[in-house]
Amino acid sequence: MKLRSAIFLASAAIALAALTLTGAPLLAADDKIDPVADAKAFQKFFRDKFPKVKFEDFVNGPYSMNEDLYRQWQDKEQFPPYEFSLEMGKEMFSKPFKNGKTYADCFPNGGIGIRQNYPYFDEKEGKVITLELALNRCREANGEPPFSYVKDEMAALTAYMAFTSRGKPMDIKIPNDPRALAAYENGKEYFYTRRGQLNFSCATCHVQSPGERIRAEILAPALGIVNAMPIYRSEWSGMGTTSRRFTTCNSQIRAVPLGPQDDEYRNVEYYLSYVSNGLPISGPGARP
Amino acid sequence: MTDHFPTKSAKLPALALLVALASPGAAQAQSAVDEGRKLAFDRSKGNCLTCHVIKGGNLPGTIGPELVDIKSKYPKREDLVAILNDETLRNPLTVMPPFGRNRILTEKEIDAVVDFLQTL
Repeated sequence: MKLRSAIFLASAAIALAALTLTGAPLLAADDKIDPVADAKAFQKFFRDKFPKVKFEDFVNGPYSMNEDLYRQWQDKEQFPPYEFSLEMGKEMFSKPFKNGKTYADCFPNGGIGIRQNYPYFDEKEGKVITLELALNRCREANGEPPFSYVKDEMAALTAYMAFTSRGKPMDIKIPNDPRALAAYENGKEYFYTRRGQLNFSCATCHVQSPGERIRAEILAPALGIVNAMPIYRSEWSGMGTTSRRFTTCNSQIRAVPLGPQDDEYRNVEYYLSYVSNGLPISGPGARP
Repeated sequence: MTDHFPTKSAKLPALALLVALASPGAAQAQSAVDEGRKLAFDRSKGNCLTCHVIKGGNLPGTIGPELVDIKSKYPKREDLVAILNDETLRNPLTVMPPFGRNRILTEKEIDAVVDFLQTL
């Protein structure tokens, strides 16, 4: 009971902080928005809540919350269900477009080992650029039609790019640009705002209730949740990207999902990735 | 005095009438409890089982407290109705959806769920 009230108090503090900040979004941003302090408090919250979980294990979602599940997962990793998608992504990545160029030409370091730097804030455009968005822009710049953001080819490509980055610590930067801070703050606000007929925020499940079960399913901690993307979900019988996770979460709480890669989703991913800085990339992942 | 004690022949029809009046009521109460149980287990309706342990439900969730001894914990029916309507009024940080306020369940459905809860 004491632990539970402590959790509620901590979430109250977070929610209150979000409320206070969102109450005055136009006030001098750099006075109030403090991503460094946010990330520190966010990570401490999860470490304190789960003192037995090794820090780098938070990227394994529900498997980090339960010993039996963890063992099952390790067995499963012998023949991971995302392997087919990963192979497909590797093949797609090296196959040239009709104009002879490849994905490697669009990315730093030929696109290898760079997953931990996405999303980033583009100061020219004034917006957050996710890996999925950058991939479709690369295609379009080379005369190819864009892929669906939620699964199949997009999941395969991001699976391969995550795989080449496994173990690298998430390394999201917030440049000294008020628009970057505003994007971060907007993502944070979205994350803690209740919505939908069921009246849930992202935080209701993934900050207040990680490790708890909803029916047979164990809720994943928000810390490190993006590090495992994309994921193979048994529930989907297939792969899904971060976009798929955001849109289906919103449908499940009976809210109207935004379009994949809408500004707000990009901002949420920016916030969530930033507060997971330092945790290793583990994608592609497998989830029940 | 004797007219206060009806004869046996007069008593029987009276009893029969009482039974006839009482049993549809009991049957109705039972069907409301059954309906409430159905709503509580239905994923698209109350879906209480997703977060609460409930006797008779498989694979319950763990977010909320076990739903047991409800009558002793909440002797007043209106307290249960209020919790189902909008628990955020009592606890702003609750995970529990506001079933009444957000029209997830109708008033009648909430009544049926409360009938069921009171049997736990």
